[in-house]
Amino acid sequence: MSTVPEALPPTYADVNRDVERTLAPPGNLYFTWMCVVGLILTAGILAWTYQIWVGMGAAGKRTPQMWAMYITTFVFWIGIGNADTLISAVLYLFRAGWRTSIYRAAEAMTIFAVLTAGLFPLIHAGRMWFAYYLLPYANQRYLWPNFKSPLVWDVFAISTYLSISTVFFITGLVPDIAALRDTSTGWRRRIYGMLALGWEGADSQWRHYRRAYGLLAALATPLVLSVHSVVSWDFAMALVPGWHSTLFAPFFVNGAIFSGFAMVVVLVLPMRHFFQLHRYVTDKHLDAVAKLILITSLVLTYFYLCEIFTAWYSGDHFEKASLFWKITETYAWALWLMYFCNCISPLILFWKKARTNVVILYVVSILVLIGMWFERFNIIVPSLGHDFYPYTWGIYIPTPTDTMIVVGSFAWFFLLFLGFIKLMPSLSIVEVKEVIPPPMKDARHAGHH
Amino acid sequence: MAAAAESVLGVFAHVDATVRALEELRAKGYHDLTVYMPVPVHQIEDVLERDRPVSRVRLFTLIGGLIGVISGFLLTIWSAMVWGITLGGKHPFSIPPYVVIAFELTILFGGIATLIGMVILGRLPRLTLSPTYDPRFTSDRFGVAVHCAPERGTSVRAILSGAGAEEVRP
Repeated sequence: MSTVPEALPPTYADVNRDVERTLAPPGNLYFTWMCVVGLILTAGILAWTYQIWVGMGAAGKRTPQMWAMYITTFVFWIGIGNADTLISAVLYLFRAGWRTSIYRAAEAMTIFAVLTAGLFPLIHAGRMWFAYYLLPYANQRYLWPNFKSPLVWDVFAISTYLSISTVFFITGLVPDIAALRDTSTGWRRRIYGMLALGWEGADSQWRHYRRAYGLLAALATPLVLSVHSVVSWDFAMALVPGWHSTLFAPFFVNGAIFSGFAMVVVLVLPMRHFFQLHRYVTDKHLDAVAKLILITSLVLTYFYLCEIFTAWYSGDHFEKASLFWKITETYAWALWLMYFCNCISPLILFWKKARTNVVILYVVSILVLIGMWFERFNIIVPSLGHDFYPYTWGIYIPTPTDTMIVVGSFAWFFLLFLGFIKLMPSLSIVEVKEVIPPPMKDARHAGHH
Repeated sequence: MAAAAESVLGVFAHVDATVRALEELRAKGYHDLTVYMPVPVHQIEDVLERDRPVSRVRLFTLIGGLIGVISGFLLTIWSAMVWGITLGGKHPFSIPPYVVIAFELTILFGGIATLIGMVILGRLPRLTLSPTYDPRFTSDRFGVAVHCAPERGTSVRAILSGAGAEEVRP
């Protein structure tokens, strides 16, 4: 393929060949990364074991700071997943061609992010072997979840989200795996053959497939809005100053999409570099993602201003006191760091060259991820630390145990992603072909035989 | 197709040649066709879908979604009636919060039903691939398999190669 000039659009056969190339046996660099990530994950697991052994005090949990770091990280990871549903469902329905090159990686990212997020309620609950209490099932102890509780809504929202994302992901993978089955050999062929379900690409399969895919996109579209809205109601349904706001649902959804796109950049740029996918992930794609990061950043800035304004204009003493404390006291550094990362740093993307400059885009995306983690921290910790009564005020200080668990969760996420890119097509074979002009005999396109 | 039927396969490299072959076959009255595509191309789909009803997958989605919304409300209302926690003398169940559960189950059941519909209607999973299938059909070749009576084989071969098939077999 290297003989074909970059300017020419790839042919159908090129796409197959380039995707198969990404699945070639990995080199030392890959295994080094795997080792680093595996070691960090081991440290995280040890920290969790220690927490189970010693108790929740090891995580710095004491009233009023019972949510602290774990729920912060939980909301962060759920948010990461959200952008992908936008890419795979909403942009599909809008027929945005540029989504095709990045959607597979983004979809894998969603599932892994939700799997990571799903660990945190368990870690946070302490005695996670009782987690099944959340599920509604007939039992002799008369224990039933209270369906009026936002925490139970959350269980349903997250489980549905994970299930539907997985269904969507699997559906998209079937024709691609069939393509891999047809060129691979040995054990890979046997496994791909099983996973491809006997897909042949016959018209009788495609017509149901296409219809099903469109319907799944239509079903997943309201999920983009609902998942993080439900997560936001975990907060907004409570009376805590700084939480009890109707602003929360759109504010969370927008923030989720913002951080999700930043994570897409963080994952896709190295993938493009190491797999040499420059023909598929072009400057046009980076530009489109950067524009979405910019617009969601501006909307987020508006929400931050609204939050400040409504607290000030409410006339409510507790709201104003909570806001003033957040801006000026113990955790003020986290708030201002968040404003810098989420509102100021993406502004550079107004500059056209920055949107396609790999280094600038990467740095901005990492700043956005830091900023969005701190956003959730700023919502949870300072609000809990300074609510109605002075006798319930309190400061949270991270401990090595909970910090290690949070860092370990990143390792878990990257471990899953690293495993995925070497076993499954990280670029969608079928969808990339959909945006390539089909081979025609008449009015020949350059590059076709 | 009858037991004595023959399947003739034409392999095409170009979309327009495939469309030409399909038009000609249909004009001559051959309707038992299987078309293999690496990616659904709308020019080919337009020819195939002309006289076909829309895929029935949407029926699965509808039924799944309806089961979801009904079971969401039934689960919440029933459990509140049996194990309800009465607060402030209010009625044990309240519809607005249950909408969230019903919504989530609508999406969940609707999505899973769609997947099941696709698998059933597309006749998946299959243990063996059909004899007319060729591995090139997932890469860059299009295939038209015509299932016809053995005595028609020669004329089908003529149509396929006349339309520009790279390879006709058997």
